[in-house]
Amino acid sequence: MALPALLVFVAFAVVPLVGVLFLSFTSWDGIGVIRPAGFDTWRSVLRDPGLPHALWVTFVVIALSWAVQTPLSILLGVFLAGRQRYREFLAVLFIVPLLLSSAAIAITYKALLDPNFGLGAGLNIPLLTQDWLGKPTLAMGVIIFVVSWQYIPFHTLIYQGAVRQIPRSMYEAAQLDGAGRVRTFFRITLPQLKYTIITSSTLMVVGSLVFFDLIFVLTEGGPGDATRVLALDMYKRGFQANLMGPASAIAVILVLVGLALALLLRRIGGGGSSASQLEGM
Amino acid sequence: MATTVGAGTRQAAGGQKRRSRGRGARRRNWLGGAAGWLWLLIVIVPVYWIVITSFKTQSNYFLTNPFAPPTEPTLDNYQLVIESNFVRYFVNSTVVAVGAVVPTVLVSFMAAYAIVRAGDEGRLLRLVNSLFLMGLAIPLQAAIIPVYLIVIRLQMYDTLLAIILPSIAFAIPLSVLVLSNFIRDVPKELFDSMRVDGASEWSTLWHLAFPLTRPALVTVSIYNGLAIWNGFLLPLILTQSPDQRTLPLALWTFQGQYSVNVPAVLASVVLTALPILALYVLGRRQLLSGLTAGFSK
Repeated sequence: MALPALLVFVAFAVVPLVGVLFLSFTSWDGIGVIRPAGFDTWRSVLRDPGLPHALWVTFVVIALSWAVQTPLSILLGVFLAGRQRYREFLAVLFIVPLLLSSAAIAITYKALLDPNFGLGAGLNIPLLTQDWLGKPTLAMGVIIFVVSWQYIPFHTLIYQGAVRQIPRSMYEAAQLDGAGRVRTFFRITLPQLKYTIITSSTLMVVGSLVFFDLIFVLTEGGPGDATRVLALDMYKRGFQANLMGPASAIAVILVLVGLALALLLRRIGGGGSSASQLEGM
Repeated sequence: MATTVGAGTRQAAGGQKRRSRGRGARRRNWLGGAAGWLWLLIVIVPVYWIVITSFKTQSNYFLTNPFAPPTEPTLDNYQLVIESNFVRYFVNSTVVAVGAVVPTVLVSFMAAYAIVRAGDEGRLLRLVNSLFLMGLAIPLQAAIIPVYLIVIRLQMYDTLLAIILPSIAFAIPLSVLVLSNFIRDVPKELFDSMRVDGASEWSTLWHLAFPLTRPALVTVSIYNGLAIWNGFLLPLILTQSPDQRTLPLALWTFQGQYSVNVPAVLASVVLTALPILALYVLGRRQLLSGLTAGFSK
């Protein structure tokens, strides 16, 4: 009975994953014949200064989006875990960005931030009328903001659920001991959220590693290649420059970096926790 | 943060009402509250701007305050969007979403059932299960080039089926995980009594497990449906002709064409988000559980 699922999964997920490794040792323009190229492809990719740059940009996106999203999501999740009605109402509205496609969100912000036709120009506020997507630092900032706008609701939901599972008795005990609010948060809430933080961070980090839709529509890696993350670098080499060999090598690097990050987070979490948590849910 | 503390306080209130009440008042979570309302603003302002602007004429848009509601609301933008073949794109997106979600849920359910029923004895099925679990770590982006190659070789390039099949494959791991966790909760005695009654595994699957796992099936459908409906990479790479476009891709090309006409672009955004928002209003709880499928309990 597991056969149909297994067949589709192997044909369109496992085979491609193995295939990408194979393709990284070939040269192929996407249409013609696939020719073996030995290590030439890898040599050219690893010598290309574009690779360390893309790795760096990807790392910046991962680190900044994690640093912005995690504290805010915890704060909002803890806040929304309260059962007052207005908080439920807030929660209803919070989720809206999560329902929109990355393409729709990117298009909206592109229009909103346009220096000539956007919000800043309409309101006549010079501070808002900047070339948001035309300057490297600003463009990176915009991407981090939009990413957070889209994904904070998801992580807030995760934290909300987790906070609601913390036994009440722990808070009662803390209260009897006369612990203040800040102290209670750092001594009880935060430690109790440990595994949730690991899970949420893993999803965030691995997710930001492969960001494509949003950045593709918003900046297409620009200005210049200031926001050219790994996934975009792969797309541009493969489907715009028709260099499928090198693009496949980038894809292999993408998988390796992803595995390394996931394992690293698992180690930080104290061995096997994130996987067992995923399974145990 | 104090929310939780606050909740605890209220619970504890029973015996020592006066004391906790006094505390509860002092223990307002100002930081959380401020963040909550601020975030609400950050979410709502762009959404508000999108909606009102989509009803403005292009000339009106340049002349009026961007946050003021339109003086003469118009549906011209929506008309332009619909005339740009968006009905076709809507149908395409629906075909892809339904065509991928239904098979995904069915085959994942069958696989999950087999894996759970085999338990620790089925070596092979345990292997299959760990293969699926590893599959959770495969990013679609990394596999896209071989997927493109396979699709070309199968002569499916530029068809909706080319989007559907990889969508199914990449939705299977999480679906199997969530469903098998759910089937595991069905009491063993129920399966045993079905067997005593002479039911085959196949009919146990459909008559016992399927109805009992319905909530999880809905959750998994919603999670996958949303992800596939909003998917961008697969349509971008595996289709080419305007006839095969799905909504996110259509949005992107529409924006490329009409980037100066901001109200029309925003009308296209509203129109494509509308079905999902309608679903959200109708079944908020189901959708919420679907959004965090498997990641929180």
